[in-house]
Amino acid sequence: MMQLVLTVTAVVLSLAAAGVIIRIARGPSLLDRVLAADVLLGILGAALCIDMAVNRHLNNLMLLVAVSIIGFIGSVTVARFVADRREQPRES
Amino acid sequence: MNPEPFSADMVIDAVSAVFMVVGALMSLAAAVGLLRFPDLLSRMHAATKPQVLGLFLLLSAVGLQMRSLWVWPVLVVAWIFQLLTVPVSAHMVGRAGYRTKHLHRERLSSDELEAVVQHAARKRGSTDEEQRGG
Repeated sequence: MMQLVLTVTAVVLSLAAAGVIIRIARGPSLLDRVLAADVLLGILGAALCIDMAVNRHLNNLMLLVAVSIIGFIGSVTVARFVADRREQPRES
Repeated sequence: MNPEPFSADMVIDAVSAVFMVVGALMSLAAAVGLLRFPDLLSRMHAATKPQVLGLFLLLSAVGLQMRSLWVWPVLVVAWIFQLLTVPVSAHMVGRAGYRTKHLHRERLSSDELEAVVQHAARKRGSTDEEQRGG
């Protein structure tokens, strides 16, 4: 059963990552790209969790926390910089 | 083949399998929302699903699969850390998106920030007038 779950979640997460990467490439504004990159990190964390659950180890737990710290710092920093830069309004 | 078809082990396996599949579907839902929603604020709504509920389901699956109680505090700490950081980054992204006008204003049902922004702009304009007059 675990192999079936692993296959299903691998397919689902691959589709999700493909969609998010399309949004990163196409995204009209910088903030859309930051948001999509944050979701991509979330998908990476989900893959790490599924690896831990299927193979029954805890090696990735620190990496999971580190990934969430990186996503937090990255999105806060970019949002802080983009607030000061652009003056003219543009429809997304 | 299995003498006891509904053992506790199998039930725990089934529950954690359901948690994993649903948690992965949260990521897929976020990707579909990111692709199909029209502006930044509604995309932010979709992006929160795997970060909070998806991570909760997947960490629960890890805890169930490990079959030991001492794992749970670590997983709870990881989830609470995510709960503390996600609103902060969402606030920053939403604030920057509002300021740089990355939203469809006709889609908002209420805009509580607009009155504050206009009040601040009027205040700044009047102080500019006073300084220019004096």
